[in-house]
Amino acid sequence: MPAIDGSFLDFKQLDLLAMRQTSVHRLDPRAKVLTTIIFILCVVSFGRYEISAMLPFLIYPAVLMAVGDLPGGYILRKILIVIPFALIIGIFNPVFDRQVIMQLGPLDIWGGWVSCASILIRAILTASVAIILVAVTGFPAICEALEKLGMPKVFAVQLLFLYRYIFVLTDEGVRTARARQLRTFGKRGFGIRQFGSMVGHLLLRTWDRAERIHMAMLARGFCGEFHTTRAQSRFGRDEIVFMGGWMTLFIFLRIYNAPQLLGSLFTGNTP
Amino acid sequence: MSHHKVEVKNLQHIYPDGTVALHDVSFLIRHGESVAIIGANGAGKSTLLLHLNGYLPATSGEIVIGDAKLAKENLVQIRRTVGMVFQDPDDQLFMPTVFDDVAFGPLNMGLAAKEVETRVMDALHRVEAADLRDKPPYHLSGGEKKRVAIATVLSMLPEILVLDEPTNGLDPHARRQLIALLQVFHHTRIVTSHDLDMVLELCERTIVLQEGRVMADGPTLDIFADEELLKTCRLEKPFAMQGCPICSPGIRTMPAQKPMVLPHGDKHHDHDHEH
Amino acid sequence: MHMADALISPAVGGTLWVASAATIAYCSSRVRKNLDERKVPLMGVLGAFVFAAQMINFTIPATGSSGHIGGGLLLAILLGPSAAFLTIASVLMVQALFFADGGLLALGCNTINLGAFPAFIAYPVIYKKLIGRNPRQSRMVIAAIIAAVVGLQFGSLSVVLQTVASGVSALPFDTFLLLMQPIHLAIGVVEGVVTALVVSFVYRARPEVLESVLQDKPLGEMPVRSLLVTFLAATLLIGGGLSWFASEYPDGLEWSIAKITGSGERPETGYSGHEQLAVIQEKTALLPGYSMPAETRDGSDPTPTAAEERIGTSLAGIIGGTLTLVFCLLTGIFLKRRAQGHCIPPGR
Repeated sequence: MPAIDGSFLDFKQLDLLAMRQTSVHRLDPRAKVLTTIIFILCVVSFGRYEISAMLPFLIYPAVLMAVGDLPGGYILRKILIVIPFALIIGIFNPVFDRQVIMQLGPLDIWGGWVSCASILIRAILTASVAIILVAVTGFPAICEALEKLGMPKVFAVQLLFLYRYIFVLTDEGVRTARARQLRTFGKRGFGIRQFGSMVGHLLLRTWDRAERIHMAMLARGFCGEFHTTRAQSRFGRDEIVFMGGWMTLFIFLRIYNAPQLLGSLFTGNTP
Repeated sequence: MSHHKVEVKNLQHIYPDGTVALHDVSFLIRHGESVAIIGANGAGKSTLLLHLNGYLPATSGEIVIGDAKLAKENLVQIRRTVGMVFQDPDDQLFMPTVFDDVAFGPLNMGLAAKEVETRVMDALHRVEAADLRDKPPYHLSGGEKKRVAIATVLSMLPEILVLDEPTNGLDPHARRQLIALLQVFHHTRIVTSHDLDMVLELCERTIVLQEGRVMADGPTLDIFADEELLKTCRLEKPFAMQGCPICSPGIRTMPAQKPMVLPHGDKHHDHDHEH
Repeated sequence: MHMADALISPAVGGTLWVASAATIAYCSSRVRKNLDERKVPLMGVLGAFVFAAQMINFTIPATGSSGHIGGGLLLAILLGPSAAFLTIASVLMVQALFFADGGLLALGCNTINLGAFPAFIAYPVIYKKLIGRNPRQSRMVIAAIIAAVVGLQFGSLSVVLQTVASGVSALPFDTFLLLMQPIHLAIGVVEGVVTALVVSFVYRARPEVLESVLQDKPLGEMPVRSLLVTFLAATLLIGGGLSWFASEYPDGLEWSIAKITGSGERPETGYSGHEQLAVIQEKTALLPGYSMPAETRDGSDPTPTAAEERIGTSLAGIIGGTLTLVFCLLTGIFLKRRAQGHCIPPGR
């Protein structure tokens, strides 16, 4: 699990990106969520030795990033952080799968290397669409979409409260960590006992805050039910075109190895 | 116009561990009055406020809001009438957007969507925050949060506004904006604060609490003229009423304090106010 | 311990997504029926607290490496099983979306692995039973360590099962297990210790926060026995479902099962899996003669061109692959240029 020091800034950054007003941003969140899920399902359904057939799937994140006006460097950096975690497991593939499945010139290629590369591509594809989904939709909209698709209200409320207070709590966490850092001169270790009291204090403050929020909710007439003004269902032609178009493409690319087809047009060989 | 008074009669509150937070507190606030409740930390101000909307139950004594005695049955009605704004706006802004927060109260009241929309926009206009409607609360500045927090209560159309330390943590500009805002409200206003200069500007009447008891209750200027009282209650005069620190260096109440030394020696600014 | 989408199959991911969605629905209705409205802001804020607490590192004694708290057991202690499960699930969702820490499809797996075990096993069955009514600090520490270790052992076992059943990784079951379990034993001990430290701090400072631990029944009206029965039934169902799907990937799971059972022989079902696959492919192939070749691991040699096709190293494949990548890149750049021309500045 990566430590989250300092990357709470990611929340703010992704949140700001989600507030842009491109054509992708304006789509109903349900369309984007469903398309992303189908994308992931298609990608992970490939057999373990597939590589070239997966490549065309890069078109989806590429297009979304472009039309959604997302900063390429930023997204790339986030993906790069995640890849090692998939590779840690993937790197064992060449160790255990040494069956030669093809020749590349004079070299024998083990199945394990192929499947490891396949894992790498999967990781890039799935991680990129997850981050892009948040960047073009925004967390609250994703929750709204999931709720409309059947997620229980209690859980939806939980997600929204969590998100709302992450900013507040992580600010406190940073301040606590920084205050301690300033008082441990040069010593490398942060004691485990100190940890107990620091986090304990943070916990108690958090508990008190929850009580105050509850007070504020009661003061405005809260009786246990969350009422929301139902936003107009914006699922229209644009959304159908978006979903229908991408899903058709995904299914096509899943069934047919497009690079192979493309290449054979040039080489004149139909397999 | 209904005459919503706030009457507290012999209110007593004892914590579960036995400490007496409020001893026999009584006062009557009439419709439209602007009253400050001041006192040292721990004097019982916040505890008192939490009784006014029924969050804390009284150990003994009673509270009357308007014509109704405060009881479990009419809590919802009371909370509509008494709008409470807490110290930390982050505790009050818990919905995804400003609009959602301001709509929270009216929606709990069961109003229709159109009515809710009207109420929300009216409230936001009154606090000059209409352009913030779709913003999430964590993108707001301290002053904006404070104003929106007030709007969340205004949208319920309360008769009585209770504010706990409203200027706490605000920069001078935001503070000035808030005071100007509160001055034009017609509601009955009950304010607790350490910002005695704001009290001077905003509230014609002041109640002083000390260790859970009402020590004084009267016109603000009278209270601030009573130096003995202020000293006993760990208070001071508002800065606007204190001596200029340059002209009269000995004016501070803390005995050990040295008079302020200016970098330019004895020369000081011209001023024409009286002390 | 968060699983990535890159390592799971749709069958495993999908099954566990359904399982965790069902559990979320169940817990949601329990929390609702509970009528304690204080829980609503508390769950949200404690979830945020977990993020904050994970930013504060400590040094693990004797190793010198730094660690941070997981928080699952702590949440279960503070909130009770159902509320804690929902909170953990919400934290995992935010982690998956904002940090790609765990995949979106793998979210179901992660919710079960990191949420169900601490909330429904470690806390009610172990921690609560061990600490009794008026625990001393030492008892709290021991109970927390055991509970955390058990929870994490179950969790990492789950990860191993799900990874192997997916067939993407080539790690055999026993090797992976030998890798995962000891590591998570150590992690469990540390987690238990830090959880206990926080809990005992709170217990000294404000014992009323821990009321529910010391007094209420942890699972409400449900007796522990029926929980275990439900859990066992679910495991068998999921396990049964997984192994049916796993017959498409005979080698990974069955080889490891063979190793465990010591039978040493490859079970016969492997070939029927292949046959099934071939039949399906024949029916769905629109371009006859261009069907995807079956798995190569059953010993039969696939035609090299077929394997090369998949990997893309035949000449056609290389050309096509390069063109595809270039196409994607150019499309992206082209659209970005267009978007910049028409871009509506974000509302301020």
